[in-house]
Amino acid sequence: MIREQSARAIRLVSLPIVCIAAAVARQAAWADGPQSSPSVFAPASTPASSILGLSLFVLAITGGIFVTVGGLLAWAIIRYRGRKDDDGSEPAQIYGSTQVELAWTVIPILIVVVLFLTTARIIFAIQDAPKPRAALDVTVVGHQYWWEFRYPKLGIVTANELHVPVSSKNDPRPTWLHLLSADVDHSFWVPQLAGKTDLIPNHPNETWIDPLHTGLYVGQCAQFCGVEHAKMLLRVYVDTPEQFAAWVQQEQQPGAQDASVAAGRHIFETEACTNCHRIAGTPAAGTFGPDLTHLMSRATIASGAALNTRETLRSWIEDPDHTKPGALMPAMQLNDEQVDQLVAYLTTLR
Amino acid sequence: MADQTLPIAGTLDVTPRERSQAMLLESLHGWVVTVDHKRLGILYVVYSIFFLLVAGAEALAIRIQLAWPGQHFLSPQVYNRMFTMHGTTMVFLVGMPILFGFANYLVPLMIGARDMAFPRLNAFSFWLTAFGGLLLYYSFIGGFGLYGMGSAPDVGWWAYAPLTAKAFSPGHATDYWALALIVSGFGTLGTAINVIATTLSMRCRGMSLLRMPLFVWLMLVVSGLTLVTITPLTAAQIMLVIDRYLGGHFFDTQAGGSAVVWMHFFWIFGHPEVYVLVMPAFGIASEIIPVFSRKAIFGYPAMVAASVGIAFVSLGVWAHHMFTVGMTSVGNAFFVLSTMLVGIPTGIKIFNWVATIWGGKIRFATPMLFCIGFLFQFLIAGLTGIMLSAAPWNWQLHNSYFVIAHFHYVLVGAIVFNIFAAIYYWYPKVTGRMLSETLGKWHFWLFLIGFHITFDTMHFVGFLGMPRSIYTFEPDRGWNHLNFVISAGGMIQGIAVLIFAWNLVDSYFRGKVAGNDPWDAWTLEWSTQSPPPAYNFAADPVVRSRRPLWDLKHPDDPDWKYEA
Repeated sequence: MIREQSARAIRLVSLPIVCIAAAVARQAAWADGPQSSPSVFAPASTPASSILGLSLFVLAITGGIFVTVGGLLAWAIIRYRGRKDDDGSEPAQIYGSTQVELAWTVIPILIVVVLFLTTARIIFAIQDAPKPRAALDVTVVGHQYWWEFRYPKLGIVTANELHVPVSSKNDPRPTWLHLLSADVDHSFWVPQLAGKTDLIPNHPNETWIDPLHTGLYVGQCAQFCGVEHAKMLLRVYVDTPEQFAAWVQQEQQPGAQDASVAAGRHIFETEACTNCHRIAGTPAAGTFGPDLTHLMSRATIASGAALNTRETLRSWIEDPDHTKPGALMPAMQLNDEQVDQLVAYLTTLR
Repeated sequence: MADQTLPIAGTLDVTPRERSQAMLLESLHGWVVTVDHKRLGILYVVYSIFFLLVAGAEALAIRIQLAWPGQHFLSPQVYNRMFTMHGTTMVFLVGMPILFGFANYLVPLMIGARDMAFPRLNAFSFWLTAFGGLLLYYSFIGGFGLYGMGSAPDVGWWAYAPLTAKAFSPGHATDYWALALIVSGFGTLGTAINVIATTLSMRCRGMSLLRMPLFVWLMLVVSGLTLVTITPLTAAQIMLVIDRYLGGHFFDTQAGGSAVVWMHFFWIFGHPEVYVLVMPAFGIASEIIPVFSRKAIFGYPAMVAASVGIAFVSLGVWAHHMFTVGMTSVGNAFFVLSTMLVGIPTGIKIFNWVATIWGGKIRFATPMLFCIGFLFQFLIAGLTGIMLSAAPWNWQLHNSYFVIAHFHYVLVGAIVFNIFAAIYYWYPKVTGRMLSETLGKWHFWLFLIGFHITFDTMHFVGFLGMPRSIYTFEPDRGWNHLNFVISAGGMIQGIAVLIFAWNLVDSYFRGKVAGNDPWDAWTLEWSTQSPPPAYNFAADPVVRSRRPLWDLKHPDDPDWKYEA
């Protein structure tokens, strides 16, 4: 009962804030095109929603403090401004008051207690949530400057674009993310799905999401990780169960074997490409770079630095620094014909 | 009565004024070998203002790059160097030296002493700090040593391991960064020891600890805090240098070292460091607000207790910078509580400042304007700090532009505003001339407007998911317009700072002559000449209250009748 009342009070107080925030988010989204902004005010998953609930409560309390104290301060400054017709005498000197000091010590203590208890509840609710049996396991490995996604139970390895099934109240299918790093610190952040969690070498972490709506959610690395930290972008596709099953089915296949692009495949397997990249079903088994078995199933290359088209792929292979200066992939010094053959081969990897 | 206990310069001063007609070279030599606390104070402040302009220019370069998406004004690597150098410079070569410079100049004057306790240690500390700064900036020339010139640290001012390891940061830029901080850190430690010794042992007769001006109290607390916090930073830097040069594995994750240990070391320095910077600013506000409200500070003992309280609590909050590194839920909850507790003594301070203004007659001179800006902005900074301390919300806001907005509200909105207030307030004492009030008001209003355009907007772009430390951003994320606004505000601040710099130079030659006590103030530094003579006071002052000059000006109604 009391909880309901306080929940209603919170909603009431935070309503104007939500409106403003939503207006800001919409304004920004409208200004820059159709795709929605990765706003923390537009949650699509349980952890992000419960964080938003907490944040509105905290905003309401801090907003109240701001209006009260800021208002008193502004009033004091206006009311006690020096006036032109002043007689030049000093005002009454007041040195302090123990009662007043006690009052403005005790009231903040009470506020802190309330804020702390509310916050602690959400910490435990998110961080110590039990993992359901139906949860999907994904291992996320941060690399300079791309994401590796491994689905150990499904035998899938992919990069930069995470696919997860949609979850619902009746059929909860959360995804448990195990976060590792191959080199330096990174941080996994898709604001609409959950708060961020760092990927730290030698320090495995875990987080979870249960997206409630299908669609594309964007984010990016949130811990400075070197030259191209800014272009370590992240996409999460939330699929319907059917779409997800089809995607899994597709990803479990070995790389396409198309005889018409044998020349390109030969280049791939005889140049240094195989040192870093893997294509299942071929001798290429490198692990330093993204798995290319189903390269063309991804909408972007270079961790989101460019859309995945024949032209961008070609430019990327010719000189990765052109698209992403500082990327660790070297330019392979191939001639035009070789690049064409290589691109022809890669575009068959669906 | 009072005349006999307190020397008023001009009536009692008998110090011979040596008008040396030295050649330029001799006069420069005099500045280099000086052990006078006032000259060293001026050196600190001039040095810091120089680096303020440098680091400000770096900030503007950052903002030009981010004004539009996909810009090529700076390369990714140069951008990373710019934000690393901007942060490192502002914290270590601007914030700390300028505040310790004020302490150097003002603490002996305020407690009626003739110099610091250890004048030569004082000079040594300054030159260590100065060489630390030169070492850091030498990395622009020597960062890659023999392999080629032109580099600088590019690992962020927090320099998280293992990005600082040789494998990820070749060349010597990171070494210059570590060594510069070790060297200037020792300088800071020396000054901290000096301030503590001075306040504890050099006070004039009658100046009990509870009669010290609040600025002196705050510097005493800050110096104690500095001794505790610079030490782990220095230790961590030495470990980093061992890793990089002697094959150590403290932070080398590929050999079993720990990246998280570096974070703990860095933030147990880094968070109290915020208080090391902000508490002198509190001290400045606590001197200026009473004088321009024409009232004694409200609740002096509570202010002292709150300062000591903040210092203690600040040592137990560091891991609130690490809510996203995967601590246990109980660990997270602990740091939520300890961080929120900081709000209590900080709130007490704000309430006491408001109560000091309450019932006063406010004079809106430039120093007071900056302090009023400080009060509002510090209130907001404290409240966004509460928001960040709520760990789950922190998981969203950490490393976003919201955090950048929050700490710039503290570092610029609170600290830099009070640094400007202090310079407008004490410049007449130091140079004997007033700063121009007209230029001062232009400076204030432009800086205030630019500040709010930039940093208010940053909160929103953080809510929209923009992370920090990125040299460019995607055009489809809804951040374009906001970033342009942020950059525009930055330019306005830049113009305001140039006006300030011009005011400093121009007023030195053409400013109105100040006299000893231009603000009708109450602490001891205003009793001596402007600028103060060598050794400050002709005769040792004797005080009976916290406001010796009030007692002198109001012999019928002195403070010591009322002070507990």
